[in-house]
Amino acid sequence: MKHKKEYPIYGVMAEFDSPTAIMLAAQKARDAGYRVMDAYTPFPIEEVSEAVGFQRKHNKVALACLIGGILGGTGGYTLASCAAGVWFPLNIAGRPFIPWPMFIPVTFESTILIAGLSAAIGMLVMNGLPAPYHPVFNVPGFSLATNDRFFLCIEARDPKYDEGAVTEFLNSLNPTEVTRVEG
Amino acid sequence: MMNDESKGMNGQINFDLPVLNGEEKSSSFIIHHSSLPRKYWQSLDELADSAEFDAYVKREYPSQMEVLIDPVSRRSFMKLMGASLGLAGLAACTVQPKEDILPYITQPEEIIPGKALYFATAMPRSGGAMGLLVRSNEGRPTKVEGNPDHPASLGATDIFAQAEILQLYDPDRSQSIKHLGDIKVWDDFMTEMAGQASLMQSSKGEGFRFLTESTTSPSFIAMMQGILAENPQAKWHQFEPARGNGQFTAMGPTNVQYRFDKADRVLSLDSDFMMGAGTSVRYARDWAEKRKVSSSSTDMSRLYVVETTISGTGANADNRLGIRPSQFEGFVGALAAAMGVAGAAPDTQLASRQQEFVNAIAKDLLATKGRSIVIAGEWQSPYVHALANKMNDALGNIGKTVFYSAPVEASPVDHLASITELAQDMSAGKVSSLIILGGVNPVYSAPADLNFEIAMKKVPFIVHHGLFYDETAVYSHWHVPAAHFLESWDDAKAHDGTASIVQPLIAPLYQGKTASEVLTTLTKNPSLSAYQIVNNYWTGGAKGGDAEKAWRRALNDGIIQNTSVAPASSPVSVGATSGTEGTASPTMLPALQAGEGFDIVFRPDQTIFDGRYANNGWLQEMPKPISTLTWDNAALISRATAKKLHLHAPLQFEGAQYDADVVHIEVDGLSVNAPIWIAPGQPDDTITLYLGYGRERAGHVGNGLGFNAGHVRTTKNYWFATGAKVSKKGQTYPLAATQVQFTMEDRDPVRAIDFPDYKKDLNYVHEDRGHPWLEEPSKDDGFFPRYEYKGYAWGMTIDLNSCIGCNACMVACVAENNIPVVGKQQVLRHRQMHWIRVDRYYTGAAEDPETYFQPVPCQQCEEAPCELVCPVDATTHSAEGLNDMTYNRCVGTRYCSNNCPYKVRRFNFLLFQDWTTPQFKMARNPEVTVRSRGVMEKCTYCVQRIQDAKIQSEKENRRVRDGDIITACESACPTDAIVFGDINDPNSRVTRLKTDTRNYALLGDLNTHPRTTYLGVVRNPNPEIKRIIDPRLNKEAETV
Amino acid sequence: MSAFQETELRVAPPVEKGYRDPSFVPIIEPGHTFDSITEKISNIVLEMNTPRWWFGAMLVGSCFAVGLLFALTVLVFKGIGIWGNNQPTGWAWDITNFVWWIGIGHAGTLISAILFLLKQEWRNSINRFSEAMTIFAVMCAGMFPIFHTGRPWLAYWLFPLPNTMGVWPQFKSPLVWDVFAVSTYFTLSLVYWYIGMVPDLGTLRDRTRKPLLQKVYGFLSLGWRGSTRHWSRYETAYLLLAGLCTPLVLSVHSVVSMDFAVGIVPGWHSTIFPPYFVAGAVYSGFALVLTLVIPARRLFNLKDFITQRHIDNMGKVMLATGLIVSYSYCFEAFFGLVYAGNKYEHFMMMNRMFGPYATFYWILILCNVITPQFLWWRKIRNNTIVLFVISIVVNIGMWLERFEIIAVSLTRDFLPSSWGYFKPTIFDMLTFAGTLGFFLVMMLLFMRTMPMIPMYELKMLLPAARPAGHPEQGSFEEEVVSA
Repeated sequence: MKHKKEYPIYGVMAEFDSPTAIMLAAQKARDAGYRVMDAYTPFPIEEVSEAVGFQRKHNKVALACLIGGILGGTGGYTLASCAAGVWFPLNIAGRPFIPWPMFIPVTFESTILIAGLSAAIGMLVMNGLPAPYHPVFNVPGFSLATNDRFFLCIEARDPKYDEGAVTEFLNSLNPTEVTRVEG
Repeated sequence: MMNDESKGMNGQINFDLPVLNGEEKSSSFIIHHSSLPRKYWQSLDELADSAEFDAYVKREYPSQMEVLIDPVSRRSFMKLMGASLGLAGLAACTVQPKEDILPYITQPEEIIPGKALYFATAMPRSGGAMGLLVRSNEGRPTKVEGNPDHPASLGATDIFAQAEILQLYDPDRSQSIKHLGDIKVWDDFMTEMAGQASLMQSSKGEGFRFLTESTTSPSFIAMMQGILAENPQAKWHQFEPARGNGQFTAMGPTNVQYRFDKADRVLSLDSDFMMGAGTSVRYARDWAEKRKVSSSSTDMSRLYVVETTISGTGANADNRLGIRPSQFEGFVGALAAAMGVAGAAPDTQLASRQQEFVNAIAKDLLATKGRSIVIAGEWQSPYVHALANKMNDALGNIGKTVFYSAPVEASPVDHLASITELAQDMSAGKVSSLIILGGVNPVYSAPADLNFEIAMKKVPFIVHHGLFYDETAVYSHWHVPAAHFLESWDDAKAHDGTASIVQPLIAPLYQGKTASEVLTTLTKNPSLSAYQIVNNYWTGGAKGGDAEKAWRRALNDGIIQNTSVAPASSPVSVGATSGTEGTASPTMLPALQAGEGFDIVFRPDQTIFDGRYANNGWLQEMPKPISTLTWDNAALISRATAKKLHLHAPLQFEGAQYDADVVHIEVDGLSVNAPIWIAPGQPDDTITLYLGYGRERAGHVGNGLGFNAGHVRTTKNYWFATGAKVSKKGQTYPLAATQVQFTMEDRDPVRAIDFPDYKKDLNYVHEDRGHPWLEEPSKDDGFFPRYEYKGYAWGMTIDLNSCIGCNACMVACVAENNIPVVGKQQVLRHRQMHWIRVDRYYTGAAEDPETYFQPVPCQQCEEAPCELVCPVDATTHSAEGLNDMTYNRCVGTRYCSNNCPYKVRRFNFLLFQDWTTPQFKMARNPEVTVRSRGVMEKCTYCVQRIQDAKIQSEKENRRVRDGDIITACESACPTDAIVFGDINDPNSRVTRLKTDTRNYALLGDLNTHPRTTYLGVVRNPNPEIKRIIDPRLNKEAETV
Repeated sequence: MSAFQETELRVAPPVEKGYRDPSFVPIIEPGHTFDSITEKISNIVLEMNTPRWWFGAMLVGSCFAVGLLFALTVLVFKGIGIWGNNQPTGWAWDITNFVWWIGIGHAGTLISAILFLLKQEWRNSINRFSEAMTIFAVMCAGMFPIFHTGRPWLAYWLFPLPNTMGVWPQFKSPLVWDVFAVSTYFTLSLVYWYIGMVPDLGTLRDRTRKPLLQKVYGFLSLGWRGSTRHWSRYETAYLLLAGLCTPLVLSVHSVVSMDFAVGIVPGWHSTIFPPYFVAGAVYSGFALVLTLVIPARRLFNLKDFITQRHIDNMGKVMLATGLIVSYSYCFEAFFGLVYAGNKYEHFMMMNRMFGPYATFYWILILCNVITPQFLWWRKIRNNTIVLFVISIVVNIGMWLERFEIIAVSLTRDFLPSSWGYFKPTIFDMLTFAGTLGFFLVMMLLFMRTMPMIPMYELKMLLPAARPAGHPEQGSFEEEVVSA
């Protein structure tokens, strides 16, 4: 609610019909000094995400995966050796209580498992998904964003945001359509 | 008989048919328990827990579902373990008899819950008795051990003694007195008998006949002779289908005892003295004692066996010769002649192989005069017995290794003659009342040509007294359930005359009566109890004082001191032998040429004997010692003969299943159909048939199994027949054997050597025998350090040189460890549950193989492959080196079994254990978990006994002494082949045995470090008899 | 650079009498636009009314599946004694099926992960399809370890769950390794598959007109809106998952093979198993992909997206793995008969070749060693009918291989006294057929309700997908035109 009060308008959105167009548009917008914007495309276009200001360094998914992997690995080995050697030590076939080579498979598998899960879940969390509602869905025709249309949205949170100017600017990029996004 | 036999066939095709048949039959003649008077089983219904009743309904009205699912589903399973109708709430009546019964060794008089007591008693058996110690848990006999003080046992037992527990608790036992099928009470019977008694008085016993088995019970004999004395016209007949008449005819009423522990050379003429016979346990022990070899021994005993089919004894022979019955006497004649016996009629044209034996044996025995034994088989002809006796005489064995004495059994008779006379008199209408005591079952077991059941119809009054409501009971007017010997007061004599009191461990479960109690109803004081009868006989009715002391002593020891008969040392003293001069001519058979017709040999079955154990699941599932057959009998023939008859002699069994061709066997107009079993060592054109199968009223377990060889067994063809015609029937029939592979495949699980070579090379078991990997890796190689075992370290050795393959250990294990019976269908799928099995291997030529036995329990590997792969810690290693199973932790992946190189693990594929039948609840050993479905199980070295001994030792704060712990298999073993103990104790027997040069680990090369090890076999064949080495030996034997 | 934007330079050869060299057939037939792709693929789910054959197949599948239900119910009530397993042969069809199904699964992960890392774009058309296959195959596989136990209701004891007794699984047992490997494999495959589908679910959400479906797909798509920020993280995550699944897929069958390699049974105890099993897995996996894709592309008329090129490539992979497998057979035989010098091994090999099960061994050789040799010929690789048959033959062969290794080795191990023989019962067959039915049902449902071809990935393969000024744009155009 608060958000809505502060920014009754979410932003202005322009629709394009080709990857080239959206890329150029994004770059122009950036040159024009707009910072808080996002593009919506049916498939990833790296140039665009760079243009809208999402740098590689902002992407922390790999880090999550790494941490998960380390935790998983140590966890797996610890579980195996504690179970076999500490919590309930039993003489199995005359082997030592903690024969490390026999715990490799478990360690390996748990590494992979936790790493994979943290990568996937991490990605979703960082993306703020699942997000059942989002203002951009209010834009008529936005449903094509998952088909063959490309959208650029300059958000109201942008310091340089001025609805009139933004609309004008976007129109200058010969989009197929420019729409006001209700917050 | 055809129909009967075909029923047997169906019996296997559809597992349940025989019972149904049986019941149809019965309903026409008598009321079978499955259709009991309403009132009766309503009350049962109340007694029985509902599960019980459901089971009964299920059994009667099976749902198709179950049949579809698997043949051994609940229904047939119930059948296996027997009907338990009418026994619910039985657990309540586990009371010790009201009279004083005395524990074997001084124990608290009153029962301490959880504390087992041992009582001495004796098991009466043909021609003798075996002294037993029976364990009683809370008043329930649960396990049988041998009585070390008893001459016929010396602490060991055989399979029959072990299985008596199940016999006692058999739910199919007859449970009520019946008159023409109606339930009566004892008093009704008493009044009836009172009438008979007066009748007998008046007629001086005219027309009165008694039929019993041979008995050694002094009190019974006294009573019987009393009656006969008062009623001179009455007659006492004795009949046992498994008794031979050769010795009696040849030597009259003589008791022959052999001292195998004194004999360097033993020649068995078709005698299976190690198994089957009443004295087998003692004889096997003596023989094995004499035979033990060590690096220091300079000589070794030698056993020759001349026989037809490989017997338990023949399998252990150093030199064995298989001969057709029709040539047997000729051979023995030749042998006797070669030893300079007068009056022998040698067969002049012996086969060269036979001649070779004759010369070698004669030479060898003559060289060891006075140190040898010639023993003739129970079932051999008078001629053979006479010659055997003369040979012993000629060899000077009599008084040294062979002793004669007055008979221990009362008035021994020729059983065949006796039953024949009885049957004839009956048919002639000379018999007015017939009293059948002690479970004789002539309708099933008498020679076919006597048509006993028809004769019985001519007798106005017949009393049948026996454990089961069997074929004979059906044709009798009165039936009185017998008390099992574990329920009876009785007495019996061992083969050497030593008398024992049979004291009951439990009051009769079903108001059974002893033979004496039935007989006494015809005497002046008809209401004597069995206890009074026995007690009066031995104490003369004297109360207190010495008599009382002696009585208590007798009960306590299990034997009565100084009652053994003095052996007379000269044959002359036995008179009869001189009389045999005349009879010493081949009387038995016309000599035939092979091919003209088949010879037939009849033998009591190796596990169910003459059929009396037909309803005993433990024995039915026990593999027959040589063939490893279960649940069936078969016609044993040689492979060559099978091929000649175009019978299927498969190259490979499909697992445990062998679809045997069925043959039609015709002898003198009588015929029977039988599945064949190909037996190595069987002479050509000779068929061996085992008696005891094809029972119709044995019970739910025994009905309709196998075929009844008795159908072709007549007074003429009693033990042997000739001129039989055999033809292919065109049917097949599945036989279940537990071991389908016959050879060792160059893996030498059993390592054997001849004595001379052994002396040259004591280390032969560890030799590089062409496969260098056979050696056990040293203790300290391997990736990981090895586990240290401080304190106790349990181990076992099994001396394969002593093991005679009698299977006593298997039954003992079954009884001790509550091992379930799975039934034929499951054995066909190779799912039998025995924790210890006795492997049998052949080497040499298929027509003349050498046989080896190897008992295989869990090897308790220190580096157990099974433990490593168990995902749930269900099998782990104890600090004492036991490979423990935690049943309730097991989820049943069977990975352990797959990874066990010895395949000693057993899996409950279905619900094999019977959880409902009250009798079986009583029979179980409370110390051992009862395993349920889906759980793996295996030998634990009888861990319950180990714990018991440890608790005891901790009470007395000392270490467990060597010999405190005797595993079930060890205690049952007649030959002391199995020894268990602490291998950390340098002085224990087991440690000493493990230092023997013959000690080796089975599959030791797998680096499993088993705690169970074996001592190699040493055989001592006569160098003058050359081995037949068949080039195709393995292949050939394998294809059998 | 994102892996999606790679493509290769190719100059098309002259077209000679209608025959097209499949290696030059484009991954997508020309003339497609973003919209046409979206439409064609999403219509299979949203518009197209269910074809008759689908119901037919569904009926057959569910009949078998019901059979499975019946068999397992009886099993739980009666015990595994209703199967043919016996004393020496503790494992037979149950574990054979387990290993076979797991193997099947491998192709999916391989296609989607390994080929992804290797930037094999042709994978894009078939990866989701085969990932789905993986998941359902692993489901089928998973049933056996659970139900082959004597007491299935206690099978959870194999998982490391804290319990009052303080008893844990026995971590030295390969079966526990299995539990970890298989459950990890299943979980990650599922995640990988689902994550890969999220954008396409978004597409379905946006296209369908049915409010209910909008809700369902909306829910499943997690509110995906195609933000480029999301796309970047998405790509990273996807790449990482691919990177993790690659060693995983190799490890899974290695661990499964250790169930046997760790055992001492002759025929099990072999060091070559891990690579041997993995190769076999891929082999059978690709075979099954073909078995499914060939009819699917015809029935759903997807020839534009699953072109001769895919078929051809899969044929090549089968040939390659088939050769590895054949090599393993030779090596196994060589070990047993010549190299090991161990009587048990020697006998085991002889027993396989000439023992009671010899027939199966030679059939297996025929299926797995002889058959794939046909794949040397391109003409055969391009004849979908023949290829379809071959793929089925190969799967039969692979099943027999597992059976030979697992059951036949067990029937005759060390002590001749305990040798036996295995005969399956009707319940063995019902159970196996049942899993096949279950698998079919799941595949059919998947094809009907989920985008079976990743739309966004295909779109990226279109020339138009590259922003102007992209170096390779021109050449790609050329290919499309020429073809």
